[in-house]
This record gives sequence, structure tokens and C-alpha cells, in this order.
Amino acid sequence: MSAASESRAWPAEGVTRVPYWVYQDEDIYAREQERIYRGATWNFLGLEAELPDPGDFKTTFVGEMPVVVSRDLQGALRCFENRCAHRGALLCLKGSGNTKEITCIYHNWTYDLEGNLTGVAFRRGVRGLGGMPADARPESEAPRKLRVATFCGLMFATLSEATPSIEQYVGPEVAAKIRRVMKEPVKLLGGYSQALPSNWKLYFENVKDTYHASLLHLFFSTFRLNRLEQKGGVIVGGEGGSHVSFTMMKTDLAGDEYERAGMRSVSGGYRLEAPQMLESVDEFGDGVTLQILTVFPGFVLQQIMNCLAVRQVLPKGVAGTELVWTAFGYVSDDERMTELRLKQSNLVGPAGYISLEDGAATGFVQRGVAGASARASVVEMGGRGVESNESRVTETSVRGLWQQYRRHMGL
Amino acid sequence: MDVELQLTVENLLARYVHALDDDRLEDWPGFFSEKGRYRITTAENYERGLPLSIIYADSRAMLADRVSALRHANIYEAQRYRHTVSSTLVERVGASTARATSNFQAVRIMHTGESMLFASGRYLDRIRLNAKAPCFEEKIVVIDSRSVDTLLAIPL
Repeated sequence: MSAASESRAWPAEGVTRVPYWVYQDEDIYAREQERIYRGATWNFLGLEAELPDPGDFKTTFVGEMPVVVSRDLQGALRCFENRCAHRGALLCLKGSGNTKEITCIYHNWTYDLEGNLTGVAFRRGVRGLGGMPADARPESEAPRKLRVATFCGLMFATLSEATPSIEQYVGPEVAAKIRRVMKEPVKLLGGYSQALPSNWKLYFENVKDTYHASLLHLFFSTFRLNRLEQKGGVIVGGEGGSHVSFTMMKTDLAGDEYERAGMRSVSGGYRLEAPQMLESVDEFGDGVTLQILTVFPGFVLQQIMNCLAVRQVLPKGVAGTELVWTAFGYVSDDERMTELRLKQSNLVGPAGYISLEDGAATGFVQRGVAGASARASVVEMGGRGVESNESRVTETSVRGLWQQYRRHMGL
Repeated sequence: MDVELQLTVENLLARYVHALDDDRLEDWPGFFSEKGRYRITTAENYERGLPLSIIYADSRAMLADRVSALRHANIYEAQRYRHTVSSTLVERVGASTARATSNFQAVRIMHTGESMLFASGRYLDRIRLNAKAPCFEEKIVVIDSRSVDTLLAIPL
């Protein structure tokens, strides 16, 4: 840590103030890599359904650290650093595939699907010349292996032995809401990425911020998909950094709080010509039409009507984030259900009717605070604590994020 | 080569991208048949046979909804595209239908002056050859990259 960042002290108010240097400081970013991503956290890797067969692999990241996720020849899921023991080159260049072994292209060193070094080219030299000393132990620099946990078909990894079980980590209430959506075998519908011009925490806060949802996103409000006067709630889980928020639609058709307050996000004359897209099926049987769930530091599980997706939030420098979306349905879906999910996918992603603004809004904060690293944002909606809440006019889950973040970072 | 058909298709494509680049979004649904399909997907999804789209519409009405959302609902910074369409291959598949594959690039120009190559890819089009005006029965925009910068508001 540099002298400058040692002077970084969190505001005395605690989690109701978020200092802007936390989104800007290179030393803070480096410390996050060490203490959060390579520390005692569960990092989302993807859906098990992406790796159905022995030999399947994908490459992704734990923070900035490149990793390989594989299903070994015995069928067990493995995760290891995507870094050759020899000179540190990427072992695996492809995004996904199926293989029996992994070969580093640089000097042809080979690895099995558990990440064990199995072969060093010309280790004994050629015709008695060259090669490594007999006592060389290149395995000492082998790629690090991560612990893998799967929960309801979701894959997570951690480098730390101290990370508690995934269920304990997210808490029982959030775990129950993961089970709710991941209730049966899933079928991949596809994916894409979004390059966000903001620090990863601005996006993660945005997902947890139930207060903004119906104010920034007009599409929501006009079609009464998530009006704050509707029935719903926020549950904060684990150390505070995991949460679930939910809404039950069609409970407020007479509600006029927004109209009376004259909010920008309500437009009286706006009607869809093809509203069939929004005709959803109550496939969970509980009336919940929208559930957004996060697991610290970078996982989002989304149910927006019948549009289901996971999102992986990856840090890409102080002012950049990659958001990896993977949409899915269930293996049991018929053609009509798949079509409904695909149509409702218009709501999400980089062109999503109700998510389009998020990519820009977090960037507006990154740009807005450029000259104000010593100032702080105000997070006092719904009080000053971190607790579950029946109202969504609250920033309780945002405060929960900062509670867990500060604990891991020692700030 | 059917020169007249080639010119007809290229003219349709030219009018299409000029409408988008000139911010005449209200004209955009009119380039499609009433049950016209439009979707934007990534080359990765397309090649793996995965059906997810970034934008998906299966009627002119859904396209009109996209336009009214962009005009009245969605919040995004002022921006324009400049499309370049080239290398159009045309194939007649019946008396009144043609298929066309084209390359495209779209530069995005932000109100702040920032200009970037926002998207490159292919247009995979099925075109109805009407007597008065040809239109798209299907337009699949396959972008080369799996990643979109910030947001995709204006259609491609």
C-alpha cells in the first residue's frame, strides 16, 4: 500500500457514506484482488450446464486471475489458475471446449483436467544433452487449485480454506431463493457480455439498489412490473453482501403514488402495441414476478417474469467492468415457454428495456465523481442499518455490501 | 448475375441504414413486413445454435414498441451511428423472395465527441420483393463480438 492509500480512512458515519476513492484508487483495486477475489469469498464461475460432459472446460476469471473450469474424466468439477508452471503463459486460450489434457502452447508442457502438471517437454533433454536437473521441481510453481462448490447447478470457487460452505456464506434465506429459481435442470439459451465504463462496485451496488429500479427504469413503472407500492421486500443475507429483492406484480392496480408525486418515471400515454411479450406464466406458483439475487462479490441471479439469467460481474481495471450474461430455461420447457423466455429477454442485457440504463448510470457516477475522491455518496434510504425490509424504498442491501466489503478489506 | 435484383437489395439496405443513421427511427418498422422478424445476436450464439437475442421482435408492432420505448421510456446519452454496408451477396429463392448476406460496420458517435467502432458483423436477410417496395421478412444481425460497449439503444 502506498502512503496515499494508507491515509484512506472510511468516513466516521460508517456504511451510510461511501467515499468516492473506493471506485478510483489503484491501490484499493489491488487490495481487492488480494483480499476479496483471492480471499475468503465464493466467486461465480458459471452454470454446471455449461460443462455437461467429462472433458468439458471453460475459461473465466476470479477477479483478474484467469482460471480454467473443467469437468475431469471422473466427472468432478475442477478449477485452477490458467497459468503455466513454467513461464506463466495462459494454458488454455479457448473460451470453452472438450479435451483430455491441456497443453501450454509456449513450450508444450501438459496438464490434466485437475490442473496437475503431467509432462515437461524434453525434461530429460535430447540424446543426453540439455534438459532439467534431476532434482528440479517445476511442480512447485504449478497453477493454484481453487476449491469448487456447486449449489443448485451454480459453480463457485475460492482460493481460501477459510471460506465457509456456500450455503452458510449466503445465509439460509438467500439460499432458499436460489433453490426457488434453480429448481430443476436448466437449459442454456445463450449469452453475451457488456463492457461497463465503471468500477465493479458501482454495478454491484446498482443491482442491490431497489430504490432506483422504478425511478430510473420507466419501462418498469409504466407497466407496473415493479412499483414500490407493490408487495415485495428485501432480504440481506450472509455477511451483508448477499441479498435478494422480490416483487409481486398485479397487487397495486389502483396505486397512484408515482402520479401524485409527479415522478419523471411515469408516463401516462405510453402503451405497447405488442404487449404479449409481458404475458408471463407464474411458474413458481408464488406470485413473485421479479426476483433479483446477489452473492458477494460478483454473482447475480435474475428472474424477471419468465426471463431467467445469471450474471457474472468481473473487474476490468479501476474504471471498467465486464458483465457476463447467461440466459437459461429449464430442460422441461416446451417450445412455447422457450419462445416466451426469448421474447422477455428484450427486457434485459445491453439493449434491455429495463436494464439498458444501468450500463450508463454507473458510468455517470464514475464520471461524476472524477474530481471528488475525498467526498462520499449518501446511503440513508430506509435508515442506517443493514437488515431485511418489507419496503423497497431502502438502500439496506447497498449498506450490506459495504459492511461485507469493509470487513474483507480492513477499511 | 441478376443486376436488377442486386441493385434492388442494395438500395433497400442503403435506405435502411440511412433511416437509422439519420435518426428517422419511426421509419424503421416500415422496412419490415407485418410479421417481419428482427433480431440481434452474437456470432458465438449463432454458431452454437443458441437462440438468445440481444433484441428480438417477431412483428412490426414489436419494432414500433422498441422505437416508442427509445423515444419515451429509456434513458441514454445522445448518440448516433454511421453504418457502412458492403459485400452484399444476393440469391433469389423464389418469384417474390430473395436472401442476402452483407457485411456491416457501425461507428457510434457520442454527443461528447467520442467516436468508436461500436459493432461489426453480418446482416442475414430474407427479403420480400413486392411490386412497390421490397421489405425484410427476416433480418438477423449477427455481431462479430460477444461484447457490447455500455449499451445498445439504437437498432443496428
